[in-house]
Amino acid sequence: MGRSVLVIEDEPNIIEAISFILSRDGWSVATHSNGHDAFGVVQDTMPDLVILDVMLPGKTGYDILREIRGAEGTQALPVLMLTAKGQVKDREIAERAGASRFMTKPFSNAEVLDAVRELVAG
Amino acid sequence: MAQQSLAGSRIRERRVMAGMRQAELARRVGISGSYLNLIEHNRRRIGGKLMVDIANALEVEPSLLSEGAEAALLSALREAAAVATQAMPEIERADEFAGRFPGWASLIAQLHSRQRSLEHTVATLTDRLTHDPHLATSMHEMLSIITAIRSMAGILADTKEIEPEWRNRFHRNLNEESLRLADGAQKLVAYLDAAGEGDTGMVLPIEEVEALVAAHGFQFDHLAEMSAAQLRDFIAAQSLLTTEDARAMAFVVLDRLRQDARLLPFDTVQRHLTDGPVDPVALANACAAPFGAVLRRLATLSDVLLPRPLGLVMCDGAGSMMLRKSVDGFGIPRFAGADPTWPLFQALSRPTQPLHQTITVTERGALHFECYAVAEVVGEVQINVTPLYHSFMLIVPQD
Repeated sequence: MGRSVLVIEDEPNIIEAISFILSRDGWSVATHSNGHDAFGVVQDTMPDLVILDVMLPGKTGYDILREIRGAEGTQALPVLMLTAKGQVKDREIAERAGASRFMTKPFSNAEVLDAVRELVAG
Repeated sequence: MAQQSLAGSRIRERRVMAGMRQAELARRVGISGSYLNLIEHNRRRIGGKLMVDIANALEVEPSLLSEGAEAALLSALREAAAVATQAMPEIERADEFAGRFPGWASLIAQLHSRQRSLEHTVATLTDRLTHDPHLATSMHEMLSIITAIRSMAGILADTKEIEPEWRNRFHRNLNEESLRLADGAQKLVAYLDAAGEGDTGMVLPIEEVEALVAAHGFQFDHLAEMSAAQLRDFIAAQSLLTTEDARAMAFVVLDRLRQDARLLPFDTVQRHLTDGPVDPVALANACAAPFGAVLRRLATLSDVLLPRPLGLVMCDGAGSMMLRKSVDGFGIPRFAGADPTWPLFQALSRPTQPLHQTITVTERGALHFECYAVAEVVGEVQINVTPLYHSFMLIVPQD
């Protein structure tokens, strides 16, 4: 089994594009599109990295990130946050919540791929 | 320099504005040119008949020469000087400047007033643009579509060998997303056009809730003994709340305030505020009350108990402002410009931990504020589910 990524995002075509790019790069990709039970999926799948959108139905990405950082098994899990808001305050909130990296939409495929490789290489 | 002592400067200024030579004015009022010169350089005090004669000769009101610039003008000049970032105006000579160059001084005061007005407009519009839920949703959706299009187009352009099935799929998705983007753009333009025709559609739920609590002076103790149903009836009867979103937000805010009133009776808070300096930690410990309730109670009752009320700000877990009770000198933007280092935001990453920080605002000189914050759990307790938090910050102005 190769390295694994869990993509938590509610836009199906973004999920599909990211999945395609990462799969081609040798990653095993799982996806989820609901914020409400996202943390449970993280615990069940225990990926090497989570790509997490901020605006999700049910619960915000920040809240899910706090859950990830608050649990013993997922405390150190690399999390790449995706958001449409790129203001300094949004970055601050993401960093305080424990984001490993913060990426503003629209991003390029290369940016996502580079970030994923760097975060897992660590 | 005193106002009266600058009468000479004002005489000189008015004479020059009238295009009259010094000797001519001296002749008209029956004094020597050298004596008028001393007066104009503020080396001789004048008053009475001579002041009236000079004013008549210059065709101005005597008070304009004797009293000089209005206090408001001086105040405006000092305010403008205080916020100057690069220039170093001689603040201590503002009255002399206003006396000698009243036209220029008025112009500076007007420009400063205009600048503040425009800054306020910009801040208000930024707030609205950022917090208009329809606009925020539309922009988020369009950015997501653009992200998908960019990513799929990148795949098609950069992937040398792509299976026909995937290629067709991305082509189809691109077509769908481009249609969504076109539709979203048209709707957004239509919405902005409609919003420009009147501002009623741009009123946000938080603005209605803030208007409601302000209309009640933040005093809701009479709601303390109400049931939840009665509180909903009370909210439903409020004409300031025009949308379901606003009523739902008002319920969250008022429900919390009435619970605070049950925990911390008026007399208890009154004793604390009249006994000494504001100390939320001491009050919380003395009453065994939650720190957040203490912060809210001190802020709301300070309006009726203190000559200089305290401020309060509340935000949700994403940092969006939900309620603002402003205090002089401490700007609380609804969104843009809020300082992420405020304990209000820091508390979100340290839930239930009371925080304190002295904040200095330097916009109009150095103003100091003691700020206390805490993030509290929202909603019901659930097993193995990390709760959501709201953060509160009390703002205590210092002398």
